[in-house]
Amino acid sequence: MKMKPLSKVYTALVLLFLFAPILILLVFSFNQSKSLSVFSGFTLYWYRELFRDAETLKAVRNTLLLAVSSSLLATAMGTAAAVGIHRLRSKYLRAALDTVTNIPMINPDIITGISLMLMFVFVGRLFGAATSLNFATMLIAHITFSLPYVILQVLPKLQQMDKALPEAAMDLGCTPLRAFWKVEIPEILPGVLTGLIMAFTLSLDDFVISYFTAGNGFQTLPIRIYNMTKKTVTPKMYALATIIFFVILALLLISNLSDDDTDRKLKAAREKRKAKRAAAG
Amino acid sequence: MNKIIELKNVTKSFDGQVVLDNINLYIYDNEFLTLLGPSGCGKTTTLRIIAGFETADEGDVIFMGENINAVPPHKRNVNTVFQRYALFPHLNVFENVAFPLREKRVPKAEIESRVTEMLHLVALTGFEKRSVTSLSGGQQQRVAIARALVNNPKVLLLDEPLAALDLKLRKDMQQELKKIQKATGITFIFVTHDQEEALSMSDTVVVMSEGRIQQIGTPVDIYNEPKNAFVADFIGESNILDGVMLDDRKVSFAGHVFDCVDTGFGKRTPVDVVVRPEDVDIVPEAKGMLRGVVTAVTFLGVYYEIIVDIKGFKWMIQTTDFVDVDEHIGLSIEPDAIHIMAKSEYSGMFGDYSSFSMEMDEIGELEEEQLEELGELVDPDEPAEAPAAESETDA
Repeated sequence: MKMKPLSKVYTALVLLFLFAPILILLVFSFNQSKSLSVFSGFTLYWYRELFRDAETLKAVRNTLLLAVSSSLLATAMGTAAAVGIHRLRSKYLRAALDTVTNIPMINPDIITGISLMLMFVFVGRLFGAATSLNFATMLIAHITFSLPYVILQVLPKLQQMDKALPEAAMDLGCTPLRAFWKVEIPEILPGVLTGLIMAFTLSLDDFVISYFTAGNGFQTLPIRIYNMTKKTVTPKMYALATIIFFVILALLLISNLSDDDTDRKLKAAREKRKAKRAAAG
Repeated sequence: MNKIIELKNVTKSFDGQVVLDNINLYIYDNEFLTLLGPSGCGKTTTLRIIAGFETADEGDVIFMGENINAVPPHKRNVNTVFQRYALFPHLNVFENVAFPLREKRVPKAEIESRVTEMLHLVALTGFEKRSVTSLSGGQQQRVAIARALVNNPKVLLLDEPLAALDLKLRKDMQQELKKIQKATGITFIFVTHDQEEALSMSDTVVVMSEGRIQQIGTPVDIYNEPKNAFVADFIGESNILDGVMLDDRKVSFAGHVFDCVDTGFGKRTPVDVVVRPEDVDIVPEAKGMLRGVVTAVTFLGVYYEIIVDIKGFKWMIQTTDFVDVDEHIGLSIEPDAIHIMAKSEYSGMFGDYSSFSMEMDEIGELEEEQLEELGELVDPDEPAEAPAAESETDA
């Protein structure tokens, strides 16, 4: 497609605004001095510095641990929930459940964070615990906000699936459970994987809810960065932010590519059916 | 002949709507039986009850002398060919056909030989490694048949398996299915709304309407001796008239007393009279038993289809002689061309071609297709059991 000059300029401007901050971050993470105005030479010093910072590294480990465990659990629970919602016979019940699962998505993070914190403290007090916020509470919080995204990814795949597939599997000798594993899971796998990646990135990304539900001993990376910015900001932070940006970018690319693939397949199948219909009619 | 399946007083309703109303049916070993009826007549539900996907509200399903009401689908010795094939997209052709054998933990070498044999039977040798999504509709159909047969079921259930194929392919597959049935000796239960398909393939045809069986018989019986106006109208074209049976072999209709071959209705009994369009002879007006005016002529290649107005009742007649619109003609009907039926709830609903026009038929068909399309778009996950969804798959 050929673009007119004006739209070229416009597109360039949009891209500039989108990526200029990240570009600046990237450039200055390699700056020899701490200055934000003068680039005095290329160095990997800040990256080395970053990897010497035990606190930060521990926060990275915590973040990854939390992201992996919460995304895996959220994916398992979300897939099960989607299957359950899909099998509901009553349209109204299904619509109601759909809405309920969507609420955490549109709820502002700060409200989700505060309400979760309140609940954890309340339940903790009920059982007489001195400190009620810890890894477990963060895990629950992260599962809570990832769950709707997983459901949102898996449910459409179930709806696209030919209803006769699990029946065919049972007809050919599978128990209902086995039919689910052998036929339904392979069919919805792209949605499950996209859901997993989304849950993972959401967990990596989250600051607000984590901030409210984190205990003293457990610090995630976003919270660590926030705490560090309270003092002076060193280019070490730019290095960290640059790495995070590229990790998230890689995940996004993977998830988009795998989604493209299934979309293409679906499209091809639809085209084929249309062509067949045209030929028959 | 051995009864292989018996349905006894099977009743089923969805959301308070009766879909099957006291169905009684025997299916014999080695038989090619067709369940025939319009959308929503309950034929697919009957099939699903035999397969085990639905349970009857009342009544029993007997399989080889055993009640299988509570037996789940995976333990029944029947297999199904689904309307949209339901092949597993993540498996190739070979693995699709091997699926039931792998489930049964059949030894590898045996799987290899049985799948190869099956693919040979459906003429798909050489397609083993192909992805099922890359196959044409006809080829997917063959894979579905091979997959359903590889387990050597006692009964094969086919749910409108040819509906998605184009006309020529459909004819070929009809022949092929019949051949496969003969070769394997497996009982086929075939669901269709296409009367031509039913007549050409079946040993026994079961005509259904509104959840009830209207008639069971051989294709010839069903065509020549329809039991009521519904069957007469649904199978082929029929002129159905109000008549009075005056005595054995004497019937009065359209203002004329005809000789016929039917007996046993008693004297002066109101009846329905069926005359097939191809059984009416056109004669000069003076020689006709009935006289009328031609109102429409359609050329259909082998014959003309003409509509004749006789005292306000429009007859359809198929003839190879050309007659013109507005021509006055006489009709002559042989005694054995007249079929007498007892009055039924369907009397008076069918068999008059007053509103008949080819154009109307086409419009009707188009709408149905569009509705189906819309239904798919609007609500792809309607439960398959619901009557609304059934009409979609039946269409």
